[in-house]
Amino acid sequence: MTVNQIALDAAASTNKAAVRPSKRLNLSWLAGLILPVGLALGWEVAVALKWADGRLLPTPSRIITTLFGLTRSGELATHVLATLQRVALGFGFGVAAGTFLGALAGYWTGLRRLIDPTLQALRNIPSIAWVPMFILWFGIFETSKVILIAVGVFFPIYLTLTGAILGVDRKLVEVGRIFRFSHREMITRILLPATLPSYILALRSGLGLGWMFVVAAEFMGAEAGLGFLLVDGQQTGRPAVILASITAFALLGKLTDWLLASSTARLLRWQDSFKPAE
Amino acid sequence: MLDISNVVKRYPNGHLALSGLNLTVETGEILAIVGGSGCGKSTLLRLLSGLDQPTSGSVILDGTPVQGPRPEIGLVFQEPRLMPWLSIDQNVGFGIRHLPAAKQRSRIDEVLARVGLASHSGHWPRELSGGQAQRVALARALVGRPQVLLLDEPFSALDALTRSDLQEHLLELWAYDRPTMVLVTHDIEEALFLADRIVVMQPNPGRIRTEVKPPLARPHDRLDAEFLAWKYKLLAELDHASRRPGGDEVFPAAAI
Repeated sequence: MTVNQIALDAAASTNKAAVRPSKRLNLSWLAGLILPVGLALGWEVAVALKWADGRLLPTPSRIITTLFGLTRSGELATHVLATLQRVALGFGFGVAAGTFLGALAGYWTGLRRLIDPTLQALRNIPSIAWVPMFILWFGIFETSKVILIAVGVFFPIYLTLTGAILGVDRKLVEVGRIFRFSHREMITRILLPATLPSYILALRSGLGLGWMFVVAAEFMGAEAGLGFLLVDGQQTGRPAVILASITAFALLGKLTDWLLASSTARLLRWQDSFKPAE
Repeated sequence: MLDISNVVKRYPNGHLALSGLNLTVETGEILAIVGGSGCGKSTLLRLLSGLDQPTSGSVILDGTPVQGPRPEIGLVFQEPRLMPWLSIDQNVGFGIRHLPAAKQRSRIDEVLARVGLASHSGHWPRELSGGQAQRVALARALVGRPQVLLLDEPFSALDALTRSDLQEHLLELWAYDRPTMVLVTHDIEEALFLADRIVVMQPNPGRIRTEVKPPLARPHDRLDAEFLAWKYKLLAELDHASRRPGGDEVFPAAAI
């Protein structure tokens, strides 16, 4: 998921929140289903008519059957829970650290001068490159996986927040000064709310990265998790399992992003933003 | 009493905004400061509010120097500067956050009723007109019951009808607690209508050119002959004040 798409989604969801609820049932979201459903049906038909053999790219029906099989045996639940737990922990730690350091570095020039160059340099290291180091330091179990995810989530949050705080309107900050806000109040009552729209976008791109990094983390050796399922499907030559796992990733990623977006839309009702025509 | 003595303000870029200004504002007085752009009138107001510090000289309120924003000094900016993420009542509550919740509530309701926006309490700032938003900004400054209320061209962004309406409204609000009021404006009529005393400033470097205390009866009538005579007199004064040396005349931007 790209940042641009997230931005569009966020704008769309806040627009929805701003518009008065209409009695008419809104079916415009169905437009988004045309392409994936069309492609899936096309492939199904092509394989059924023997135009293609579908061995390396199983048909949707076989993927669904595999998913059902994994669900019935309880295997899928184990993998999904293991992965979800890693993403949740990594996301939580990454967001906490990114918000804390981002807010402080945005507010205090001295701290920013101290830590920002180092963080900017570290940011350019592909996070996967840390894997061997993290395994040495934190072992091959959960700790190293959660830390890898947290590192991936940390950077978009930190970068966005420092940048957004530096962009807050001086005029609003002066209102805080007139009312003698403490540093803490200045951050929590003016700077963070003012940066909330970009912060929520950063949360969403951070979550997207969290889902990316959990795969990398599970590739480095895991007994359970959707990433493990991927590797397992490859090693046992079962493309349907690989695709079932990818489908589960897609569904979970979309679901968690939707949960995040819809639970935060309420926080942005105040925005007086551009509303594109239908 | 607000005492301003020998105030000099030089900005880091070397620009001398104020050159040794002396002025005393009596308690409960309404003082207007007029002048064209660049005469240092907004700079002066920022020094009075404690947002900026003078390069030398001092601003003293009732015996204590103003070295930063103080609870007894309220400021209304040229723009409403409401927090867009807070509802109207929450915006007004900004200035009295130290009070207990019930007390905050009653003060907010009271002041919103005074500015005629009680029914807009839970609205968002984006739902207000410019005049309404500026009334909320007034309410926010007044809710803490300041002894001194500073106003920086508070109505300059509004249309003429709303402006004269708000000027009358401001006098009504002033009558509740009668705070000392310092109003910076480039509108002579506004200054004459509101103020007891008017200070005319001139630029390069910013200083006081003259000060007048028109003996007009309250309420000031904008169409009264004496009011108009003062208006023309002050316009002429302002015209001189903004005339550049070397005969390069400019229109008094302040009179528009």
